[in-house]
Amino acid sequence: MSEAPSREAPGREAPMATVWLGGCSGCHMSFMDLDERLLALAERVELGASPLSDFKDFPPADITLVEGAVANEDNLEVLRRVRARSKVLIAFGDCAVTGNVTAMRNLFAVEDVLDRAYRQSATVIAGLPLGGDGVVPRLLPRVRPIHEVVQVDHFLQGCPPDADRIFDLVLALLEGRTPEIARRFG
Amino acid sequence: MSVKTLTINGKTVTGLAGTSLFNTAWEAGIRIPRLCHIGGLSDIGACRLCLVEIEGRPRLHPACMTEVEEGMVVRTESERLHAHRKLIVELLFAEGNHVCAVCVSNGHCELQDLATSLGIDHVRVAYQHPRRPVDASHARFTLDLNRCVFCRRCMRVCDEVEGAHTLDVAGRGAELRLIADLGQSWGTAESCTSCGKCVQVCPTGALFAKGSAVGEMTKNRAFLQYIVTAREKHEWIRK
Repeated sequence: MSEAPSREAPGREAPMATVWLGGCSGCHMSFMDLDERLLALAERVELGASPLSDFKDFPPADITLVEGAVANEDNLEVLRRVRARSKVLIAFGDCAVTGNVTAMRNLFAVEDVLDRAYRQSATVIAGLPLGGDGVVPRLLPRVRPIHEVVQVDHFLQGCPPDADRIFDLVLALLEGRTPEIARRFG
Repeated sequence: MSVKTLTINGKTVTGLAGTSLFNTAWEAGIRIPRLCHIGGLSDIGACRLCLVEIEGRPRLHPACMTEVEEGMVVRTESERLHAHRKLIVELLFAEGNHVCAVCVSNGHCELQDLATSLGIDHVRVAYQHPRRPVDASHARFTLDLNRCVFCRRCMRVCDEVEGAHTLDVAGRGAELRLIADLGQSWGTAESCTSCGKCVQVCPTGALFAKGSAVGEMTKNRAFLQYIVTAREKHEWIRK
């Protein structure tokens, strides 16, 4: 069995990160659908922060894929920090690009949304998870696509974007090419 | 009837007097983006996507509402037009609640196609998220105003082809809405013949057949040309 490539191996110095904000994680599942191409990718990039890894803070990254919309205070804080520490930031999937399903709650007041979820439909414990401990982040008044909060370099549409398009985009960025994203909207 | 000769995008074309620029361009194989126009129905110039430049005139003109004139020099594509069209489509997305991922027309939607062809990858204006009703009272069809772009094709086909005029619009600006008969639920509108023509001409998923799941609603508009040809030329032919 060959030795596992070390972190210092040549060509692996580009750290790549993925972030999961207000979304269903479906875009990350689609990322996993890269299947064997994940191995090819692993030879070229160092995977930094991600829901798949366990960094407590967000280390600087060359390429960051951001899944999900900005729905709560934590999303907002994380997104700003991620932007400051990422060279190239990609709106990864429809929730990040348009707000998508996550933003459908914008039709209602936050209080009504919470009431429906935690009081009216509660089966065991009825009540809002809003202790003073700050463990559960507060919802923002409106869900927003990420480009309304930070500068976005590329937009990858789809719910979720299919693996081929994810791979094409990341590969183009790694090779220093201008990515030609197969367009569709929504 | 006299024939007018003009230039569109550097190409010399001819059109009968009274014909619109849009139809003349179409006959010459020149495609101008549009949303409210559909062949066979009257034009209303509502969507502004078919705006074109005419030499010597400072304003832009909707091709569907402008008649051909002798010696006209028309451009249907330019950076300025492209920028306007892009913004119009972005505004349409922001004005309603178009959640493509959960829409019956995902993948078969003219609004989506326009966004794609104009190279839109995100919407630069703030989404409005208006509260708009869904009318599912009709036995066979649903009207979801969240997805309506107010092109009024449904209203025109109902009036001009079916002759029922069940559908119309009420209100102004952001309060504009589609109504049935006297503003009642569609299911109680006695003038509706349930023909479904409105559903077929709707460019988005605003009108759809009940029972359609995400991406399942495809529309068939061939009937329109068939009926209009039969009416105008008395030829009952399918092309």
